[in-house]
Amino acid sequence: MGILEVKNVGKRFGGLQALGNVNLSVAENSVHAIIGPNGAGKSTLLNCLVGKLIPDTGSVMFDGQSVLGRAPHEINQMGISRVFQTPEIFGDLSVLENMMIPCFAKRDGAFEMNAITSVVSQKDVIAKAEAMLEDMNMADKRHMHAASLSRGDKRRLEIGMCLSQEPRLLLLDEPTAGMARADTNNTIDLLKQIKQDRDITIAIIEHDMHVVFSLAERITVLAQGTPLVEDSPENIKGHPKVREAYLGETAH
Amino acid sequence: MFALDKKDARLLLMVAVLTMLAPFILNPFPAGSEMAQFNAGYPDLMQRFVIFGIFAIGFNILFGLTGYLSFGHAAFLGVGSYSAVWMFKLLSMNVLPAIALSVVVAGLFSVVIGFISLRRSGIYFSILTLAFAQMSFALAYSVLTPITGGETGLQLALDDPRILDVAASATGNIPVPGLFGLEMRASTNLELGPWVFTFNVGYYFSALIMLAAFYLAIRIFRSPFGMMLRAIKSNQQRLNYTGLNARPYTLAAFVISGMYAGLAGGLMAAMDPLAGAERMFWTASGEVVLMTILGGAGTLIGPVLGAGFIKYMENIISKINESILHQWFYWLPDGLEDFVVAMIYPFIGKGWHLTLGLLFMAVVIFLPGGLVEGGQRIGRMFGRKKSEEKDKPSGKTTPAE
Repeated sequence: MGILEVKNVGKRFGGLQALGNVNLSVAENSVHAIIGPNGAGKSTLLNCLVGKLIPDTGSVMFDGQSVLGRAPHEINQMGISRVFQTPEIFGDLSVLENMMIPCFAKRDGAFEMNAITSVVSQKDVIAKAEAMLEDMNMADKRHMHAASLSRGDKRRLEIGMCLSQEPRLLLLDEPTAGMARADTNNTIDLLKQIKQDRDITIAIIEHDMHVVFSLAERITVLAQGTPLVEDSPENIKGHPKVREAYLGETAH
Repeated sequence: MFALDKKDARLLLMVAVLTMLAPFILNPFPAGSEMAQFNAGYPDLMQRFVIFGIFAIGFNILFGLTGYLSFGHAAFLGVGSYSAVWMFKLLSMNVLPAIALSVVVAGLFSVVIGFISLRRSGIYFSILTLAFAQMSFALAYSVLTPITGGETGLQLALDDPRILDVAASATGNIPVPGLFGLEMRASTNLELGPWVFTFNVGYYFSALIMLAAFYLAIRIFRSPFGMMLRAIKSNQQRLNYTGLNARPYTLAAFVISGMYAGLAGGLMAAMDPLAGAERMFWTASGEVVLMTILGGAGTLIGPVLGAGFIKYMENIISKINESILHQWFYWLPDGLEDFVVAMIYPFIGKGWHLTLGLLFMAVVIFLPGGLVEGGQRIGRMFGRKKSEEKDKPSGKTTPAE
């Protein structure tokens, strides 16, 4: 029984069957990659996991509890953190403040009327945020406006924000999309480091096969809304069905 | 000082000194001189400065921090005024219970309106709040006449119960609002040579409440709660996926700003014990939006500056008339004098709205951060050391979008 169990999930948008009958099991403390050509339903699946979409059929269980029908913030508080395709950070806030917000969320829950105490007096949260910035090699940028960071730094910040919530499952939606090679490699190293240092399960949606084969321990291939095959990276590499799905995609 | 950092403490102290010395600062011209009409140091106007300052400070907690643009805050102002007048009618002429009730009733009212309106964001939220405020206005004007006095407004009468107070004063008149016997309208004049300075009880009472309200706003701005509100404005999606529920945060901000508006409305009634439905009209809601943006949304001092600026324009520019213009330009040749006066005339008197509109456009286009940004630019131009401090990200100002 994996930490995340997706059973018979289907989702239809009007006439389009975005997800057919998806079954997926992500083992605890593994790195599981979900790959597939454009339009395969990867993002739809992810959105069903985090509460942005509610599937028409099937069930999604996280650690034995259903996530369906819960709001995104509730699912997040259960221990699922999500990294977006384009980094979603608080652009108007400083880097340190960005890092403090998930620390507050971890400490105080979804809502806390903390309107009179000063932020400066929250020493535990500041210390935790500073330590995480240190881990992310961003301590020298702590007073910068988050919107003025480079793309790679925004990504690091976002991953750090997710980690400071101490999630059990980290979902990454194409974390290296639109990145230069060097930044991609940095991100791979960062994720390897995270896996090594923490008890965490990582599920990653990715287009870049270099990233997938550097990280994944298990790979699910989606095509046209249904899982084509699930196997180890070695077996996936030479799998005829996978080659067909991807070659079919490039032949068009 | 007061658990504030140095810069905030300095700001609070500066505002305190300015408000306490306002009767001097706003009366720079000797009484009876030609420039005396630019003096703003008379009680009525000074009271309006601080009361609308409170209104704008509260509005800024909602709009400046969360970015939710309410177009119906005048409803809370009006509700506050009605509550206070009812307290004068039923209980006593002491202003404290009246103001307390204004804040409570406006708070309850804003819980209801906020709960419904905050289900939407952006323009839909603005429209919902506008609709509620206009509905309140229309109801107060018509069907709720027994409670609101309808078209004539709610006024005190000699046969009001006033169970803890006298129905009529010793002279047979309606008693006036006061604080334990200290009448709000009482004033003392200080004559220094040709200058006359007026110290009014109501003004100082309102100014002290505004300082408390300003202090509370600083604390909210600097709190984790305030940080969450800024995060909502910056990226609500990220906030939701960080395990935080935006709804109660925005509702809390909405209710706090509604209570500020109620406080302002209660104070207005305490200065002059009558309340009319026109206080809830949509233009009154629009005015506080203008004040906040003109001064600098999201900054601490901006809304107070904006409120002062607009109230000054409304009361001073609108008083200039054609004959005053002719007095100013008498030294020009006759034809030219008429021409100059004709050119300026549309901008003064009843045309003050035109002047205000043009200034507002100029500020929004050239100073998106409002008057506060203007002040900072001037500061930087003179190369003060302070401008460097202000550039730090932890600085007090976060420019509005």
